[in-house]
Amino acid sequence: MSFLEVSSVSKGYGPAWQRTNVLHDINLSIDEGEFVAIIGYSGSGKTTLVSLLAGLIKPDTGTVKLEGKEMREPGPDRGIVFQNYSLLPWLTVYENVALAVDQVFPQWSAEERRKHTEKYIRMVHLEPAMKKVPSELSGGMRQRVSVARTLAINPRILLLDEPLSALDALTRATLQDEIGRIWQEDRKTVVLITNDPDEALLLADRVIPLTTGPQATLLASIPVTIERPREHRTLLECCDFKRLRNEIIDQLVASKKKPTAAVMRKLVLPDIQPEDISLTTARALDGARRKARRPHELQPVRVEIEV
Amino acid sequence: MSKTFTKAADPIIQVLRPVSPLAWFPLGLVLFSSVKLVDGSGRTAFGASDAAALFTIAVCAMWPTVMNTAVGVRAIPQDYLNVAKVLKLSRSKTLFKVLIPATLPYMFTGFRLSLGIAWLVIVAVEMLTGRPGVGGFLWQEYNAGSYSRIILCILTIGVVGLVLDRLMSVVEQRFKTA
Repeated sequence: MSFLEVSSVSKGYGPAWQRTNVLHDINLSIDEGEFVAIIGYSGSGKTTLVSLLAGLIKPDTGTVKLEGKEMREPGPDRGIVFQNYSLLPWLTVYENVALAVDQVFPQWSAEERRKHTEKYIRMVHLEPAMKKVPSELSGGMRQRVSVARTLAINPRILLLDEPLSALDALTRATLQDEIGRIWQEDRKTVVLITNDPDEALLLADRVIPLTTGPQATLLASIPVTIERPREHRTLLECCDFKRLRNEIIDQLVASKKKPTAAVMRKLVLPDIQPEDISLTTARALDGARRKARRPHELQPVRVEIEV
Repeated sequence: MSKTFTKAADPIIQVLRPVSPLAWFPLGLVLFSSVKLVDGSGRTAFGASDAAALFTIAVCAMWPTVMNTAVGVRAIPQDYLNVAKVLKLSRSKTLFKVLIPATLPYMFTGFRLSLGIAWLVIVAVEMLTGRPGVGGFLWQEYNAGSYSRIILCILTIGVVGLVLDRLMSVVEQRFKTA
């Protein structure tokens, strides 16, 4: 049995008559210590998928199981790094991390918690900024705080929801290497949601393309056979990289071309304009030449319409 | 936070909010008719009219704070609440660590508006009670026919209002969160 098991999960939004099924029949199983990247176009339901894995929203059908236990609500065993950092702006870097640490390890002494917090801030190289609030930090630094906060609670599984897509290309490359380094150190189970094939290939053991929504689903996973540790420079020269990259992109492009079945159950009104209507029994109206002006002058007229 | 509560409370607030301070005052007098604190020399230190004045000021001034706080709570980004959910913060911890800090800027806007209204109402209510104060003084000067003092009063009220608002903004800076 695998570590994280997602079976036939689907999720839709909106009221019944115009429901959009964002995700349809998602099946996924991840082993412990595996780094899986899920890649898809923006708007294909990636964030919905990660919210399902985190338990922030409930699936319409199917189950999400962690170690055989069904997950119904969010919890600190699944750490999420959000796309937009989600740091509390009124707390300093230290306080942001400490809030999580204090909450998850209440049984520790204050000293232990402080050391633990500082260890993770050091891990992302932010000791000099410890006393700063998020608005004084750059985007890359904020995301590092968010990573530190998530790692500090020691989650069983780490969910990264497009953690780097709001950053500039240079910072992104640095942070990709950093995430790779941190993962090398403690080999946590990671699910990385991304829209960048290079990022996926640099970090993941397995890349799973997500088709374009609505009714997005996961395609067959592509194992990444490139040797670790991987680096940006050496990666480009590796011929496996080009092949895998093309494979991912081909799959994604192909999934986009596929005509998606109509998923909107809209109430469709017959498209009839007044000029489409012709009276078959025009003579029937001859008697009613005078226009009715008062309610009591109105008379019922039965008209049959051919469309 | 709760849609049902919003739907239930909003009409009540909207009905009570536009009621003039002058309309609340008699009700205050009735409600607090038995209030009477006497000082050492046997004079009334705090009577029914004072209690009614406080009641009127409170009832008139609280609405901006109430409404701004409600708006502030509704405007909390889902991200912050997600953080609280993932960390499984308790209800009270969520309140003090997330909800209140996130709402504080809105609350302070409400406080400043409330303070302005309170100052506005004080003058009106003091005219009604006739107790010593800036409103009572104004009315007295009108009766005495010294119009230059009325102008002085108006200017004083305006300047004090400005100072109060500035003080509030200083406090706001002090508690700045986001």
